[in-house]
Amino acid sequence: MATSTVGCMNAMGVRVSVEQVLALAPDDASRRAGSALGTAGPWSGTGRGGGAVWGLCKGSGGVSYRTVVDTTGPAYLCACPSRKFPCKHALGLLLLQASDAAAIEEATAPDWAARWLTDRREHAGSTGSAGGTASAALGAEGGAAAGPADPEAARRRAERRAARITSGAQELEQRLTDLLRGGLAAAEQAGYGPWEETAARMVDAQAPGLAGRVRELGAIPGSGPGWPVRLLEECALTHLLDRAWLGADRLPAPFAATVRTRVGLTAPVDGVPLRDHWLVLAQYDAADARLTTRRIWLHGTASGRTALLLSFGAAGRAPRLALPVGAVLDGELTPHTGSGQLRAEPGERFVPVAGPAAPPPGGPVGAALDAYGRALREDPWLDSWPVTLSGVLPARAEYGWQLADADGREALPLTPAAQSRPGLWRLVALSGGAPVTVFGECGHRGFTPLAAWSPETPGETVPLV
Amino acid sequence: METDTTPQPQPQPLPPTDVGIDIGTGTGTDTAPGFGAAPAPDGGVALAGDVPEDSVWEELVTSALLGTDRRTPARFAGRTTRDAPGALLDAAALHTVRRRAGLRAGPAAPPPEPAPEDPREPLPEAARRRLDQLLAGRAAPSPAGRRGAAPDLTELLPQWLLLANERGYKAPAATLPALLDAARARTDLRPQTLRLAGPRGLWLARLNPEWRFALRGAGAGSSLPAPGDREGVRLLWDEGLFAERVALLGAVRAADPTAGRALLASTWSTERAEDRLMFVDSLRTGLSDADEEFLEAALGDRSRNVRATAAELLSALPASALAGRMAGRAVTCVGLDRTADEPTITVEAPHECDTAMQRDGLTATPPAGRGERSWWLGQLVEAAPLSCWPPRFGGRGPEEIVALPVADDWQNELHAAWCRAAVRQRDAAWSRALLGSPATPPATGPGTSSLAERAQLLSTLPPEERALWVAAFVAAHGLSEAFQLLGVCEVPWAEPLGRAVVDALDIAREAGSYPWSFSGVMGLAERCLAPEAARQLESLTARPDETEDISPGAGGYWAEAFQRLVSTLRLRAAMRAELTEPSPAPGTPASP
Repeated sequence: MATSTVGCMNAMGVRVSVEQVLALAPDDASRRAGSALGTAGPWSGTGRGGGAVWGLCKGSGGVSYRTVVDTTGPAYLCACPSRKFPCKHALGLLLLQASDAAAIEEATAPDWAARWLTDRREHAGSTGSAGGTASAALGAEGGAAAGPADPEAARRRAERRAARITSGAQELEQRLTDLLRGGLAAAEQAGYGPWEETAARMVDAQAPGLAGRVRELGAIPGSGPGWPVRLLEECALTHLLDRAWLGADRLPAPFAATVRTRVGLTAPVDGVPLRDHWLVLAQYDAADARLTTRRIWLHGTASGRTALLLSFGAAGRAPRLALPVGAVLDGELTPHTGSGQLRAEPGERFVPVAGPAAPPPGGPVGAALDAYGRALREDPWLDSWPVTLSGVLPARAEYGWQLADADGREALPLTPAAQSRPGLWRLVALSGGAPVTVFGECGHRGFTPLAAWSPETPGETVPLV
Repeated sequence: METDTTPQPQPQPLPPTDVGIDIGTGTGTDTAPGFGAAPAPDGGVALAGDVPEDSVWEELVTSALLGTDRRTPARFAGRTTRDAPGALLDAAALHTVRRRAGLRAGPAAPPPEPAPEDPREPLPEAARRRLDQLLAGRAAPSPAGRRGAAPDLTELLPQWLLLANERGYKAPAATLPALLDAARARTDLRPQTLRLAGPRGLWLARLNPEWRFALRGAGAGSSLPAPGDREGVRLLWDEGLFAERVALLGAVRAADPTAGRALLASTWSTERAEDRLMFVDSLRTGLSDADEEFLEAALGDRSRNVRATAAELLSALPASALAGRMAGRAVTCVGLDRTADEPTITVEAPHECDTAMQRDGLTATPPAGRGERSWWLGQLVEAAPLSCWPPRFGGRGPEEIVALPVADDWQNELHAAWCRAAVRQRDAAWSRALLGSPATPPATGPGTSSLAERAQLLSTLPPEERALWVAAFVAAHGLSEAFQLLGVCEVPWAEPLGRAVVDALDIAREAGSYPWSFSGVMGLAERCLAPEAARQLESLTARPDETEDISPGAGGYWAEAFQRLVSTLRLRAAMRAELTEPSPAPGTPASP
């Protein structure tokens, strides 16, 4: 069997936790269905080896489905008709393995599993189209065709698109000028309609970044006390982006790349690939009617770098890329170009390794705000910046929860959204009134805690989202 | 216009549509609550150096809100109206980025009190993962309808909690919110959940009103003074809430029964009747002959319920004076007629219920539809110590006495009273006699035909004997009447009982029943069968070939039900093994 040549990889020594597997589920229904299948009952012919797990799952109608998971991807193959990804059978298989070490024994992969694994891994070497990890870059443009093409035609296409964006940016500028001339107060009366229309114009102009900003602007009027200030701030930053795009040829190259990304062009992934052992700090989804955006934060344990992976799913579908929080993965990341950018693309192979999953080094809350401030120099449109706070404890102030330095002097408020999440209580419970280490996003709205570590169990990453 | 409190020049009236808009510049910089004050502007920034930052921003916001056509900021006065919006946006962008870059941390609020130390061992790694799985299963209950072949995780959570508490583990801190949520939704989980959650769980519950339930009842238990702390005990006894006092009495009594009674006696006369009833009833736990004096005094209580409860407790002490009085009365009513062909029990029910009998707890007025005399007899025999009967019947043992014929249709009345007495006095020999042989059909046996009463009698037998009796019952009569009896058997079921249940299920399957007719027993079996029984069940999980069956499809459903049974048993075995795992040596790093 071709795949058994890699059978001794250290991935086999690592068990992913039940919680980590459940985090891979695309939605609650799958989590539920997968949990139900995470026991030996419905399974037969299970085995593991060569970085994969496989088995036959008895379905309700007497049909058995062949399920195989490549844990180095992770990537999934199942004969069931489900369009969920991973499907409940793949989740169940992983749960079975996670919850009971003895349930699945080392074996040689049967033909049907080995064929897929071999295919997948051969592909992985050549193109970027196989498996579960490659689609991340494509989502923003709705899946533009990949692969080599006529470079001259590509250049002409890019020029045409840039020209469209330019006219879109000019139109948006005009819209903002009109708005300011007539007054923001009038914007509340006009309602959401004009904004939606402008957003549609930006989509036509192939500038999804601008379209997204316009939709957010439309949601601000009447959104609670202080909305005119927020609207002016966001209008001003949109204006700044328009001006930056229109004058991009006079900007330093890295900053111009950031502007292009913010407008909605996919940045070229031409940085120097960085191989490291990456600790998965957090994974969470944000969905609107059109798109589910999954954000995954990684910390390079050797390089100290923080990286952001994005993965997209069309409306209602879960993004393909899913990594278990707290795992340490050996693999390569290729950073996107642009100043102040943390986004990176994962290489094909991400192999779990055993190892200390110590939290990233952190600092006091003041340093976190300084880091955000410095990051704004590179990218003034940043809403937040990933930071690790060490020796902080959650405390309740008059306005809500905050994270305070252990010396009891300075504190950072949690964002209003983070105040009402269940993760807040996990954080409070973990702390028990004593200092903890917290990773999260620090920005002008406050701090969003995403993961935490207690000094008693520093090797255990507790997800907070 | 309600803008802010800062005096602002208001050069022109607002258009009527603007009335009521809060432009939100009250804080000057629109800093979210919790941040510190913005740093003083440094002169190097291209804003008018002599104007304070805040007032520049307020001027920008006011212009933006009203529109540059109506109100051009004074600082752009030199520009044409055409340029004003762009200039305003430029300035606002600069201000915004500058403000964000200069955000400062705010003052720290006083931190919460640290959670009390929990000296218990942390859960082994595998058990922690299992807990996560069980809690996730609870959060996502299986969809309504047919249960598949997968185990019902929710039903295993109570067992897991019990085991973990027996082993003395503490809950991982990060699972406390999920545990408290589980306990909030299911009251039956609360005692074990709160025990596992421990002091940190209570600490957490105090911070979130949704978990306030945790602070009631069980919460009081943690704040009880040590039974030896005389002053603390006294203070809580004199001033505590009722629930706290009941818990305190229980704790003191467990450590030192004499001190417990003394505590109760010290305030007895001033307690309210309902409270006296609860306190007397709480003596049921750890009842001993030393309690007799107190209970005997309580027979003179003003409250009828207190008297009745005291009498009931005394009659459970066969050596008590009350038991002696009852024995004296009972043996005059029930005797042996030696003159008949075979020895026969004769019954002469009491003719009156005098005040002495009433003081000893007898209720004079029978419920509607019952004769007075048989009602009094029943109470007398129930309260009389069973040890008074062998001497009365010529040295016969319980089995022989139960086998004696009873004259004049008194048998049901007499046997029923003996059943109640056997349960009350926890007398295994009499229970055994009254249960008779498990093979006898319930309707024709001695004692009682009520399954509930039989279950009570069974509960007085030693666990192994109980399991054997129920096993023989199941073998003889099948499962349809066994549910209540199975409920009093010790978990996990002893091997003969488990085998009898599995055999009976197999017989039911072959007889063409559908498995849901046995869903009660199936569910019980999933929770109670010993995990080792999985091997016996293995062969039953195969889907049989569909033959021309009287119950179409039943075979498939049975296979599924047995699969679920087997996988649940496997899961329970794994759960148990995980919780008995030796804890890792200190310093061993946790695996990811």
